[in-house]
Amino acid sequence: MKAEGWGRFPRIDGQLVSGWDEMAVLRRIAAGGSMIACGARRSYGDASLNPAGMLSMVPMDRLLDFDPATGLLLCEAGVTLADILDVFVPRGWFPAVTPGTRFVTVGGAVAADVHGKNHHRDGGFGAHLAFCDVMLADGRVIRCSPDRDPDLFAATLGGMGLTGVILRASLRLRPIETAWIREDIFRSSGLDETLDLFGRLHDRSYSVAWIDAFATGARIGRAVVMTGDHAGLDELPAELRQAPLARTVRRLPAVPPGCPSWLLNRASVRAFNEAYHRLARPRRRLSALDSFFHPLDAVPAWNRLYGRRGFLQYQCVLPRTAAAAGLRRLLAETAGSGWPSFLAMLKPLGEQGMGLMSFPMEGYTLALDFPAAEPVFPLLRRLDAIVDDHGGRLYLAKDARMDAGMLRRGYPAVDRFQEIRAAYGSCGRFGSLQSRRLDL
Amino acid sequence: MTPRKSVLILGATSDIARATARRHGARGDALILAGRDSHRLADEAADLRLRFGVPVEIRLLDVLEPDSFAAFVDGLPVLPDVVICAVGLLGDQTAAERTPVLADRIIRSNFTGPAAVLALVADAMAARGAGVVVGISSVAGDRGRAANYVYGSAKAGFTAYLSGLGGRMAQHGVRVVTVRPGFVRTRMTEGLRLPPLLTATPDEVARAILRAEAGGRADIYVRPIWRFIMAVIRSLPDSLFRRISS
Repeated sequence: MKAEGWGRFPRIDGQLVSGWDEMAVLRRIAAGGSMIACGARRSYGDASLNPAGMLSMVPMDRLLDFDPATGLLLCEAGVTLADILDVFVPRGWFPAVTPGTRFVTVGGAVAADVHGKNHHRDGGFGAHLAFCDVMLADGRVIRCSPDRDPDLFAATLGGMGLTGVILRASLRLRPIETAWIREDIFRSSGLDETLDLFGRLHDRSYSVAWIDAFATGARIGRAVVMTGDHAGLDELPAELRQAPLARTVRRLPAVPPGCPSWLLNRASVRAFNEAYHRLARPRRRLSALDSFFHPLDAVPAWNRLYGRRGFLQYQCVLPRTAAAAGLRRLLAETAGSGWPSFLAMLKPLGEQGMGLMSFPMEGYTLALDFPAAEPVFPLLRRLDAIVDDHGGRLYLAKDARMDAGMLRRGYPAVDRFQEIRAAYGSCGRFGSLQSRRLDL
Repeated sequence: MTPRKSVLILGATSDIARATARRHGARGDALILAGRDSHRLADEAADLRLRFGVPVEIRLLDVLEPDSFAAFVDGLPVLPDVVICAVGLLGDQTAAERTPVLADRIIRSNFTGPAAVLALVADAMAARGAGVVVGISSVAGDRGRAANYVYGSAKAGFTAYLSGLGGRMAQHGVRVVTVRPGFVRTRMTEGLRLPPLLTATPDEVARAILRAEAGGRADIYVRPIWRFIMAVIRSLPDSLFRRISS
């Protein structure tokens, strides 16, 4: 069966079976060999791909328990954040952390320890887990948490499925009064101003910036900075107060399968970026939850925009002290390369948290999109060198091509991670194209 | 929210049953889930209660134990407005050819067990004067194939039974619907190569079931093209059918 990540690069042929329930997962594990569990395939590269065996956890999508006293939701790994929003927003609850798309599964969110626009304040997905259940290579199911089997928990959180199959998780939802976000929009004319804005807006719950990846010279890093906080009931106009928790979900037509790759060319993308920056009037507005957190979800199959060859998302994080210098070099290299990124996003991140292989570190994360074209790879290696120079690292959930050396330099806990995997019998049994490439 | 209807689902942990239960839950219907595995039933029930806030009860039922059927029906919390039977066992055709007890198990799982328990529920509905009975049969019952005729013959029996039961029930205000899903992506068909145009998702089957409950034909094919395909297949001479179906 053909399989690919969200970036549609690489694409492989491999055997995929379904984890209908715990017995089916056990049967697949007992069959032996190397395998990787996969969810909604929203990781971009090869983290969910293994030609020798893939186990889809999508069918395990049951909500099992919710305690309104604590906000803890126990659910199976295949439940998506979209399911959780559908069920719980109308009741006044929202996930403590949501990434840029609601179509990820809970299992995937744990495995990648995903972060949201509130990482600088609230930490990542894993910071709000009470526990998760992992099936190991010998079929045992271990309920691990920061207190119980903390080693396994720390290796599973952000461990990209390499410790075992995540079956269930208990995650915290936060109470909300409305399905609206009080959003503030700012415009900056260069990188220093952008970072300065983030610094001044540190107390906002959510913050993110769209960066004009075409800007050069003094305008490098010019941005539209967006911050948000959950709007209280008293902030809504009277007409919305009747149904404050009703969602407004926009849905545009899907990108068709044969979408040609020339659609995103230098001219169209430059024009888009210029227009976006000009049109972003600084203002305050009420935004619907879904359009604030998951704007791209409104365009089904937007990953087809890059055509058949697919695309690479390059997401790095740089520590705070090196961020200004490093980001300037990354953006200058990109803008001058002839392959400027269609979408470039910048976000402040907080501390790493418990996950040994979790991506965040105190600093800034920059995400760039490139077509998976041959000449892009040398450019990305130049970006790698800049990230290395500034003590940064790349996000495994986006990665399709970094080398093992870069991983070791960026993730100092990798040896500890491997020791724990060995202790739990995970090495050689749970693996992906990515883990093979990275010598894990 | 006051429940709109009460719906009993037999074989409630199957993929088609799960999808159907969710569709009913989304409409606010109260559910009774019946099956063999109490743990899995409890998980399904928890999911439906959390998602839709509807009342869900679980009951144990094994269609291989006909002696238990009367107690099962008597023990239902209410006589449901709708009963849906999603019990089925594809089984291993070659093993069943050699081992009569396996063939017997396939036939009882797909035909005599489900038929008997549905008949009891239908009789109770007839006494009340209203109800809908939905049996999930199969296109495999429309003509026996070498590859799966034990399963196919059981489904053929089930289809005929439902058709006859429908005839008997018509004057008592009870509708009996036969659903032939065609190919469906479920754990029963995992690993099989299925033609995309002829293959439905469990949710597609669920939507077809809910439409059929509301009215219209008493025998439905989930994807309409199957009615045409099976009409052609039934009319082929044996010599030709054997050549193309082997």
